[in-house]
Amino acid sequence: MDLILDGLQILARWDVMIALLVGSIGGVLIGAIPGVGPAVAIAILLPATFSMDPIVGLTVLLGIYGSSMYGGAIPAILINTPGTAVNALTTYDGYPMTTRGEARRALSLAYSASFFGGVFSVVCLILFAPVLARIAPMFGSREIFLAALLGLILVVIAHRGQSLIAAGLACFGIFLHTIGLEPVKYSKRFTFDQSWLSSGVDLIVVVLGLFAISQAIFLLRGEDEKVRLTKLRGGLFQGLRELGRHPRVASVSASLGVLMGMIPGVGEFTAQFLSYTYAQRSSERPDDFGHGASEGLIAAETSNNAVPAAAMVPLLALGIPGEALTAMMLSVFYVHNVVPGPALFQNDMDFVVALYLALLILNVLVLIFLLFATNQLIKVVKIPNRFLGAAILTLSFVGVYSLRNSVTDCMLAAGFGIFGFVLKRLSLPAVPIVLGMVLGGIMEVKLRAGMARVKTPFDFIDRPVAMILFIMIVGVLIIHLRHVWQERKSLKEAKWQSKHRSTNFGAQMSRRRSFLSTERGKTLRAKRSKYAPRSTDKNSPR
Amino acid sequence: MSKDRSEEIKRFDGPLRGQALFAIVFFLAAALLLSQLGSETKWAKGTKFFAQPRFWPAVSVIGMLLFGGLHLWKLPRRSLTRVDAAEWLVWAKALEYVAWFMGYVWLVPRLGYLPMTVLFMLGLAYRLGYRSRKMLWISAIFGVVVVVVFKGLLNVKIPGGAVYEYLPGALRSFFILNF
Repeated sequence: MDLILDGLQILARWDVMIALLVGSIGGVLIGAIPGVGPAVAIAILLPATFSMDPIVGLTVLLGIYGSSMYGGAIPAILINTPGTAVNALTTYDGYPMTTRGEARRALSLAYSASFFGGVFSVVCLILFAPVLARIAPMFGSREIFLAALLGLILVVIAHRGQSLIAAGLACFGIFLHTIGLEPVKYSKRFTFDQSWLSSGVDLIVVVLGLFAISQAIFLLRGEDEKVRLTKLRGGLFQGLRELGRHPRVASVSASLGVLMGMIPGVGEFTAQFLSYTYAQRSSERPDDFGHGASEGLIAAETSNNAVPAAAMVPLLALGIPGEALTAMMLSVFYVHNVVPGPALFQNDMDFVVALYLALLILNVLVLIFLLFATNQLIKVVKIPNRFLGAAILTLSFVGVYSLRNSVTDCMLAAGFGIFGFVLKRLSLPAVPIVLGMVLGGIMEVKLRAGMARVKTPFDFIDRPVAMILFIMIVGVLIIHLRHVWQERKSLKEAKWQSKHRSTNFGAQMSRRRSFLSTERGKTLRAKRSKYAPRSTDKNSPR
Repeated sequence: MSKDRSEEIKRFDGPLRGQALFAIVFFLAAALLLSQLGSETKWAKGTKFFAQPRFWPAVSVIGMLLFGGLHLWKLPRRSLTRVDAAEWLVWAKALEYVAWFMGYVWLVPRLGYLPMTVLFMLGLAYRLGYRSRKMLWISAIFGVVVVVVFKGLLNVKIPGGAVYEYLPGALRSFFILNF
């Protein structure tokens, strides 16, 4: 109770309150505009938050992170276009409800489910905070190295079907981190005798290039879409009542969101997938899923909104970000000399609780805002895509240039922008690069410190937590390799399977042509053999 | 196309156009970096293997080469076709907006943040085909709002334009500080 009061005391400042309001409303707006997303907004706002107090800056960023998914549900439900990537599953059941004329019900249900997920996770984590404070000191250098390695491996294998290039890109991220002066021996690494590379490649420059500038170019090169919106009439309060009729789906989905959010590298997509599958399997009408089932919408929205608070656990307790957004937030801590990790949980528990309370207040603010302002808010969906691209490009300049007033940084960011654009065109992930950069730095420092007192390889994992993490790494790799082996087997089976021939028009025409040419060949050969018989043919007339 | 390839293409995650060139360039870049490892990093005598300044660059570059090579090897199509050329054209055309961005970066310290942002938004909106008076006004107002919020209210570090030096006394310092 004392911790909660201390946390509230930290938040009881007018600048924190304004940050909460700006973060929550700004997050909803950003989420509601398809094509922007929280990553772009956080990347642009990062340098601006460096001049603020850590709690103020983090509240703005947390606000955007936590509330963007509320906003992302609006276009997902109304126009079948997810506002943020994690709202993709919301379109499955949200949009069919809109086509049935139940847009208001779907939106109301999505808000209520998101609110429940957000509040549930914050309450869970406030209750668990003392336990986490006891566990966190068990993590020394070796354990943090292994946890960072586990996070990186999970991020790579989360990109199914692309894990090889995801691993390559994660290594590229680690490589980017190593450029510049080595911090212990002060020797140059991959600077190619260029002074501008001596200070290394700034994470924010990379993030702004890969997320903001690439997205701007992507939108500028695309086309504007014509959007037709459904008019909403009446209140949006019925969702809370409907949510109350599905307590099991809501609580299981929120729990899965909390659990998956705490594991670095897993996040919203796995939580949503597991919750949706659970909801479908346990439903009395599983066939309705994908055709406007309220339980499907609840599972998707509850689980994704339970993740942001949980994702702060590895960041705050161990200093390990689990995904791109928390990796960006880590830089805010470093700028203010607040080092997240076990010491933060031991010494500044009130700061941690204050962040969780900020998330709790944020959820309440967002729900109130959405219940009364949705009718006005849905107009942002109509902003033309290419105009948004121009706006993001203008805002990206602020983010990059305000760091060091360096034209070189801008050139680097533009280069990463083009690289990010190519990745987007090829549907390849950019997140492993950012996590490689951040986790690579952590792994380098922690491995150096951890190996100092290690004599045999087994010494590295002789502590219980280190052993558990090592077993988890081996287990995850075995599961992944087994999956790859099964994929390979099924590909082989598919290749050898005798399937019916292709039914597409081109293939049919090709078969017809080869049949006709064979037939014509036969006729011609028969004709020629009749009038010009070969001399060796015994039956031919002489 | 053989049946083996068609099955692999069907299972490939994402578009196939452009993948081969990306994978080849990624692999070659990794090989080039690996060839420079000896000259661009140092081996410190009397330092443990894992604390060597060369250790992490080596891990990352070897990882890039290994995984990039495996990715290239597993691609359903490694040859370059006409579809790829069309994709490279799309990548090349994107450079136009990089040029816009760099032009904006180069001109801000000269013409000032406020005038340049308004001009940039107006110019880009015109280039994108938003020629109506309403859209041009919105673009200009957006430019002003960005400058006021970031430089005026949030005090982000963007230097005043060289052109502000020609303004009279008080107005000059006001513009340098806020716009």
